[in-house]
Amino acid sequence: MEFFERFAVPHPSPAIYASMVAIVLVSIAIVVGITYFKKWGYLWREWLTTVDHKKIGIMYLISALLMLFRGGADAIMMRAQLAKPENTLLDAQHYNEIFTTHGVVMIIFMAMPFIFAFMNIVVPLQIGARDVAFPRLNAISFWLFFAGAMLFNISFVVGGSPDAGWTSYFPLAGTDFSQSVGTNYYMIAIQISGIGSLMTGINMITTILNMRAPGMTLMKMPMFTCSSFISCIIILFAFPVLTIALIMCTTDRLFATNFFTSTDGGMDMLWANLFWIWGHPEVYILILPAFGIYSEVISTFSQRNLYGYKSMVGSMVIISLLSFFVWTHHFFTMGQGALTNSIFSITTMAIAVPTGVKIFNWLLTMYKGKIRFTVPMLYAVGFIPLFTVGGVTGVMLAMSAADYQYHNTMFLVAHFHNTIIPGVVFAMLAGLTYYWPKMFGFMLNERIGKWGFWFLTIGFCLAFFPMYITGLDGQARRMYTYSESTGFGPLNMLSFIGAGLMAIAFIIIVYNVLYSIKNSPRNVGDEPWNARSLEWATHNPVPEYNFARTPHVASSEAFWDAKKKGHELFKGEIEKIHMPNNSGVPFIMGIIFFICGFSFVFALWIPVVVSLIGIFACMTLRSFEKDDGRYISADEVKATEAKFGGAKS
Amino acid sequence: MNVKNAQPLEYSTHQNQLNILGFWIFLGAEIMLFATLFTTYFVMEHRTGNGPTGAEIFEITPVLIETFVLLTSSFTIGLGVHAMRIGRKNAMLAFFGITLLLGLGFLCVEIYEFVHYYHVGATYQTSGFTAALLTTLGTHGAHVTLGLFWGLFIMIQVAKRGITAQTANKSFIFSLYWHFLDVVWIFIFSFIYLKGMM
Repeated sequence: MEFFERFAVPHPSPAIYASMVAIVLVSIAIVVGITYFKKWGYLWREWLTTVDHKKIGIMYLISALLMLFRGGADAIMMRAQLAKPENTLLDAQHYNEIFTTHGVVMIIFMAMPFIFAFMNIVVPLQIGARDVAFPRLNAISFWLFFAGAMLFNISFVVGGSPDAGWTSYFPLAGTDFSQSVGTNYYMIAIQISGIGSLMTGINMITTILNMRAPGMTLMKMPMFTCSSFISCIIILFAFPVLTIALIMCTTDRLFATNFFTSTDGGMDMLWANLFWIWGHPEVYILILPAFGIYSEVISTFSQRNLYGYKSMVGSMVIISLLSFFVWTHHFFTMGQGALTNSIFSITTMAIAVPTGVKIFNWLLTMYKGKIRFTVPMLYAVGFIPLFTVGGVTGVMLAMSAADYQYHNTMFLVAHFHNTIIPGVVFAMLAGLTYYWPKMFGFMLNERIGKWGFWFLTIGFCLAFFPMYITGLDGQARRMYTYSESTGFGPLNMLSFIGAGLMAIAFIIIVYNVLYSIKNSPRNVGDEPWNARSLEWATHNPVPEYNFARTPHVASSEAFWDAKKKGHELFKGEIEKIHMPNNSGVPFIMGIIFFICGFSFVFALWIPVVVSLIGIFACMTLRSFEKDDGRYISADEVKATEAKFGGAKS
Repeated sequence: MNVKNAQPLEYSTHQNQLNILGFWIFLGAEIMLFATLFTTYFVMEHRTGNGPTGAEIFEITPVLIETFVLLTSSFTIGLGVHAMRIGRKNAMLAFFGITLLLGLGFLCVEIYEFVHYYHVGATYQTSGFTAALLTTLGTHGAHVTLGLFWGLFIMIQVAKRGITAQTANKSFIFSLYWHFLDVVWIFIFSFIYLKGMM
């Protein structure tokens, strides 16, 4: 019995017990459901063993939506707790756990997979490739992400959630102040999914550098591909920093080393520095592909080519460089001295310049365009003013002297939500709607989608604008309650109502998916949006091999040129196509990584060693395996093309 | 074996070219990984708490042995790749074998070194300095250990399947990895040991 006591939740509450029951019931229901409908074989063949970038993308997408639900539930609980003064809905410990998991889930397990979903689905199509450079590695990336996400999500029912904030600053996150295994979950779950992210970054860079269609030079890539490329370069240089920082944390907590302790030469600020050397580039890893999606959407629905292509690329390159030189602005108040703070103030404010260039480029793309207000375009148009507000408050926060007033207040919370929600979440929902026919061959319902957009936008404004005011008035973030005399009550109630509207928006969006699956006409055709770039030059949904013949490209808007200027995209005969083989090993590796991580969290060394051997066995197997892929014959390709309504010319 | 001189065998297919490019990019990430470790080490260098300093525990002899052994192994794997390019399988296997033996020798000396640190009171838990030192050395050592297994697997494949486009590609990528570990060691030698002993 003593052995099992470690798995108990240290601060249980009825809600947690209810969650345990719900998790068990849902798991049983899923297993029974799959068995009843005899779908195990289908699941294994088509999804768990797939190396197809489109299917992996769809799995990322589903995971991201699930995690959005989890992180959103955390958010609603926080706003409910703060809705009135001296509320007793949650106690301090639960509030700590919830804001910690909200941050981690939303950044690492919602935004990242959302971005990776679109990178996976869209990038190979936009560059005219058959798949990514390393399809098997791509599957491993996904399953590592998934293992990390699941590991993090079971924390609150097995052993306790992390509670030291999503930044997990030391000494708070050390064993002296965080005794439960929660922070171990944080370290190890992020480590596992971080390795997956790094592998995706390497994979995408190689793909984009070496697998572009003939004629597509680097400066003729569609903007989403270009932004993904730059984002992946940031991943490549930022994630190893996190890997090392997390290793050091893990050894501090499990082996009592002295990296970040306050004694024996340890230095707690080292963690804060390393965390943000990864953490600040991380926000640009998220926002650049989002900018890419807005560029695609805005130029498609304004029916104009993207204004200032070169300046768009240039500003993203500058943003990617600057992103590594601003990390100190996250802790101006922690005593670096005036010179350091001033330098980091200036580099931070400098980021506003290339970002501003991009904003004007989007506006000028719309100028004199024939704008169609579809759902993706609504999100893009909503993004521009809201994101600008977020950017301007960012410049306010960047002024280190003034930051002493804003630091760790709700003003900061309002600022970064104001950039991430209109910046990343709106972009993902725009991309979801825009690429839905590409993925599934039918449209999402426009009318319901617009309801979702308006609920989300109004809810967002109601939820976060009041925080600017309470923050300037001195309401600190991460405080689980406040007294009535502060006068923060009414504005926080407003925030709660806004959060409720955003929750309704999420329900509407999910309902829209279900409604459209049932009711949307299936024959959407190949061109639902009158779009411009290469991914629309193939069928909807995309056949397994993407393009029957390799496209030849002469501009960044190859498909538009093919339509309007008579450019010939596809030349030559249909030939046999080489495809990679499916493999169950990535999925199995994901499971082993999950077991390994779980054992690490609880310092169960025998399963750790066994599962590590398992991981190396999988890698050895891969080394010795002869895998030359398979061919789809020309006749098969022709048959498939005919089924999709004739070959593309 | 017929070798095209225009393009080495390891670059001969598109997938091979992708593998090599991908591995170079991966090495970029590895550089960042070790750069973070070095940064941490520099921060921690003088934060020794109650434990010993670098000057008190470093010994020049094992470090010199490690350096010479590892640098020689970089030379021999270069010869191995050359032998592979002119199609001489046995010479290639011999050079790869020597490389791995040298790697194993390096690892033995490093383990001796770690035991020595333990005996003079510089354990993993002693201070910020020892934690950073042992993590940096240990990460490099773990890379070498992984390399030993990886290299062995590749040698088995070359022995069984001969020098093909695939095995040549794997061997070449392994040589890149091995050279990279050598470069990292040069930095460790200069900026940890020499700097620490001065």
